[in-house]
Amino acid sequence: MGLAKRIIPCLDVDAGRVVKGVQFVNIRDAGDPVEIARRYDEQGADELTFLDITASSDKRDTMLHVVEQVASEVFIPLSVGGGVRELQNIRDLLNAGADKVCINTAAVHRPEFVQEASLKFGAQCIVVAIDAKQTKQTPTPSWEIFTHGGRKATGIDAIDWAKRMVHLGAGEILLTSMDKDGTKSGFDILLTRAVSDAVEVPLIASGGVGTLAHLAEGIIDGHADAVLAASIFHFGEFTIPQAKEFMSTRGIEMRN
Amino acid sequence: MSTIAVIDYGMGNLHSIAKALTLVAPEQQIWVTHDAEKIRRADRLVLPGVGAIRDCMQEIKRYEIDELCREQVQQKPLLGVCVGLQALLNWSEENDGTHCIGLIPGEVKRFVEGAGKQKLKIPHMGWNQVAQSNPNHPMWANIKNCSRFYFVHSYYAVPDDASVIAGTTEFGIEFVSALHHDNIFATQFHPEKSQKDGLQLLQNFVRWNGQCN
Repeated sequence: MGLAKRIIPCLDVDAGRVVKGVQFVNIRDAGDPVEIARRYDEQGADELTFLDITASSDKRDTMLHVVEQVASEVFIPLSVGGGVRELQNIRDLLNAGADKVCINTAAVHRPEFVQEASLKFGAQCIVVAIDAKQTKQTPTPSWEIFTHGGRKATGIDAIDWAKRMVHLGAGEILLTSMDKDGTKSGFDILLTRAVSDAVEVPLIASGGVGTLAHLAEGIIDGHADAVLAASIFHFGEFTIPQAKEFMSTRGIEMRN
Repeated sequence: MSTIAVIDYGMGNLHSIAKALTLVAPEQQIWVTHDAEKIRRADRLVLPGVGAIRDCMQEIKRYEIDELCREQVQQKPLLGVCVGLQALLNWSEENDGTHCIGLIPGEVKRFVEGAGKQKLKIPHMGWNQVAQSNPNHPMWANIKNCSRFYFVHSYYAVPDDASVIAGTTEFGIEFVSALHHDNIFATQFHPEKSQKDGLQLLQNFVRWNGQCN
């Protein structure tokens, strides 16, 4: 008996619509974030993450309406990331019904922003998202953090950065391996474990999930507290209950 | 028409709890307010809370919510949630010590990293089981013992009197995750984020008369 590990589907939202497609078994791509959120909620997702990938700033407010609508119907935790740069962005998202916000690029530009946000709204709602790439394999592997969707190197060591973010008040770390993202070859286990073991806050592993075994590895070998995945759930390859059942057979505590 | 006042003292998002109450009690009026008159007129009160306890208590005092709660819990049911639970005790060790409302004798402590068998990740974040100390309490109606609820917190209540414990949860240690005391029921977890069982608890609250059985 204890805290369950979490499974978190991640949805990319552009101008108020879910993109990259989400297709449940025998059900056509809806594109409607509320409908998709409702389905994942029914399946037993432990939390939902929305990533706002809207490029044009004038359409950014639509994300607030999405969050508001989802939070009116789906009563599980919601995290929202993408373009969070100012305290006002955070306040707006929380007021719309988000429980947590993910800060990524803005933290790299100005690390104190994380501290200000944490003091203002509490560490429990501040997630720092870290995109990392391996830069050295021997003698010991090391990873560097990247911004702008993995295009811009920063020269900052991922483990040092995670520790610093937690020190400044991050309540959770969302760690994505840029090497693994989209490959369906599993999490970067060494990276996940190195960061998870280095910080005292929960860690969400992301990037690379292609099978149910990968999800379990993230928890067991990567020491993650939660696993985030997109495509394996979106296209009905696997359902959340299947994932939970599989992970339970591996001895991982799940909410059923 | 019955009314529920969700006490809004400016700390955090009350959207979800108001929407969840609307869903389970469409026939009742939900007020999100700090207006003393409305709080006095309401049939039930919800005291939410997120963030740091010192900021919460500062705002609670500014709006004289502490006095109102002391007065109103004599007459009507009150549901405390998360920091809203912690605020009901006497004192919290958060922010170098913070005096709270003091409706339930006891204090609030921080989880200690590495206190248990395994390394603890703090905040305690996610779905954990609640063992009901008194499964016959009307607030637990139609909720299976040891159901999972969503938690996110770093501090927990330590009441002086064990008879106020309504539920406990394991996280390195066994801690008190729900309290009841006269008209008060309070949860460390977030019922408004705990899917079916959370909504059931809120539904139980909108029907609760403040009695233990």
